[in-house]
Amino acid sequence: MITFENVSKRYGGFTAVDDVSFVARSGRVTGFLGPNGAGKSTSMRIMAGLTLPDRGVATIGGHKYADIPNPGRHVGILLDASAQHAGRTGREVLTLSAVTMGLPSSRVDEMLETVGLTPSEAKRRVKNYSLGMRQRLGIANALIGKPSVLILDEPANGLDPAGIHWMRGLLRDFAADGGTVLLSSHLLHEVEMIADDMVLIGRGRIVAQGTKQELLRTAGTFVRADDPRLLAKVLDDAGIAATPSGDGGLRTEVEPVAIGRAAAAAGVVLVELRPAEGAGLEEMFLQLTASDARENVTIEGAAA
Amino acid sequence: MTTLTAPGTLPTGPGSAPDVLDVSDTRPVPMTRLIRVELRKMRDTRAGTWLLSLVGVVAVLVTAGFFILGDKDDRTFLNLLSMAGIPLGFALPVLGILLICSEWGQRTALVTFTLTPHRERVLGAKVVAALLFAVGGILVAAIPAAILASVGGAAQPWDGVTAAVLARVLLAFVLGVVWGLAFGAALLNSALAIVAYFLVPTLISIVGGIWSGAGDTLQWFDLNQSSSVLYDSAAVTGGEWARLATGVLVWVVVPAVIGTWRVLRSEVK
Repeated sequence: MITFENVSKRYGGFTAVDDVSFVARSGRVTGFLGPNGAGKSTSMRIMAGLTLPDRGVATIGGHKYADIPNPGRHVGILLDASAQHAGRTGREVLTLSAVTMGLPSSRVDEMLETVGLTPSEAKRRVKNYSLGMRQRLGIANALIGKPSVLILDEPANGLDPAGIHWMRGLLRDFAADGGTVLLSSHLLHEVEMIADDMVLIGRGRIVAQGTKQELLRTAGTFVRADDPRLLAKVLDDAGIAATPSGDGGLRTEVEPVAIGRAAAAAGVVLVELRPAEGAGLEEMFLQLTASDARENVTIEGAAA
Repeated sequence: MTTLTAPGTLPTGPGSAPDVLDVSDTRPVPMTRLIRVELRKMRDTRAGTWLLSLVGVVAVLVTAGFFILGDKDDRTFLNLLSMAGIPLGFALPVLGILLICSEWGQRTALVTFTLTPHRERVLGAKVVAALLFAVGGILVAAIPAAILASVGGAAQPWDGVTAAVLARVLLAFVLGVVWGLAFGAALLNSALAIVAYFLVPTLISIVGGIWSGAGDTLQWFDLNQSSSVLYDSAAVTGGEWARLATGVLVWVVVPAVIGTWRVLRSEVK
C-alpha cells in the first residue's frame, strides 16, 4: 500500500506537486494519470525517496522508503527505462541489482525469461536496445527482488501492442497475488485497460480519484428512446437534466437506473441505455487536463 | 439484482493482502556487498574494461622500455616502480572520477539510490572500491618491478627500499584516487572532472613557473609538485609535508566536502 498525505514540492516559483493525497491499495492496480509535466514523475521520485517533499509524508506499507531495509526486496521501482548505463549489457544491469539485493544469479535468468529477453539480447549492450526492450529490462529490474509493491513510471512507453498486452497480464497477476501496483501514464487508454483505481493529476494537483467504475459512472449516461420527444418530456418532468447527444439520443448526468425508472413509469420504450458514448474517461481526462493546458497557454501568452 | 453484476466489476478488495509491509525479516544490505557491486561497476562497461586493460598494457610497456633502454645500474626496484606508477597515476584518478560521475552521466544513480536510499553508504562503497583498485594497482606495478629488479643486474637493486618509502608511494597512489573521487563528486560530470583534474593543478604549476613572484606562494597550492616528493627515496621534510597538506586541503578536502554534499543532497533526475 502506498500512501501520499498532503505532499507538496516546489522548485523555485514552480509548484510541481501541490498538496497531493491518495492511496494505492494492495491487491489493486492504481493508474496515475496526467498530462506530461503534471507532477507524476516528481511524485514517484518522492515515493522512492529520491526527492524530499517540502511538506507532507509519503509511505509505502506504513514505512518511509528510506526506512525499508534492502528496499529492492519489498518495492520494485522503474522510474526511467532509459536511465541505464549504455555500455552495460542487459544481463549485467540485472546482475548488479541481484548482487546488491543478495539474490542468486539464477534470479537474473528467471527475470530475463519473464520479460521475454532472449539470451542473445541479454548479452547486448543497453545502447543497442530499443525503448521497448529497455522497458522490459526495467520491468525485470523492478521485479527481480520479488517485491510486493511496484512503482512504474510510464512503463508502457515504447512497448508494442503485444508488449502492452503482456504487461497488462503481468500487472494483473501481480495485483491478484495481493501486490500493490502504481503505474503512471499520460495516455488514458493504457491506464483504462490496466487499472482498477485511478488518480488523475494536472498541474501538480489531484483532479479526480476513485475506482475506474466510479470515474466512468460520473461521466454520465447516454439514453435513446424510440420516441425522443416523449423521453425528453418525461426526463424533464422527472427533473433530470438532459442534453441532446447525436442521433436522437440524450446525455444526462444521472445513473442509468434513474432514467430507466422514469422511462418505465411513463411507458417510454428505450432503445439504448448505457454510460455516455465516447465519454468514458477520455472526455473527462480531456476536460480535466484541457482547462489546465488552456490556462497555461493563456498565462504564458499574457506573460510574453 | 446483485447477481446480475458482471464478475470483475466488483472491486477485488484488499482481502488478506497486508497494508503494512512486514520488514522485520529483511536485513539491511551489508557494506561488503555494496563494495563488491562498486568494484564490479568499474569494469563491467566497455569504457572501464578498456581503461583497465590500457593501463595494464602501458604500465608493462613503460616498465619494459625503461628496463631495455635504461642504464643497467638504474634498474632498481624503486625506479622501475615509479615508471610503472606513471600510467597508474593517470588512470586511477580517472577511474575514481568515472565511478562517481557515470552514475550521473548515465543516470544509473536513479537505480543505485533507489536500491540504497542511504546515499552515504553508496559513496563510502565507492571510496573503498576505488582504494582497493589503488592497492591492486600498486601490486600490479610492484610485482613486475620486483622481478625485473632482481634480474636486472643493477649493483644495488633494492637501494632505498624501506617501509617508509613504500608507505609514501602507497600514499601517493591513494592521494591520486581520492583526488579524482573528490573532483568527480564536486563536478558530477566525467568530462569536466577529468579535464579539471589534469588541467587546474597544471595551470597552477605553469602560473608559478611564469610569474616567479607568486611562485613561493603558489607552491603551497601546487599539489602536483608537492606530492611528487612522495616518490623520492629521500626523507620528506617538515616543510614539504606542510606544503603537501595545504595542497591536499585545497584540491582534495574542499572538493570532497562540496562533492559529498552534492552527492547526498542533489536531486537525481
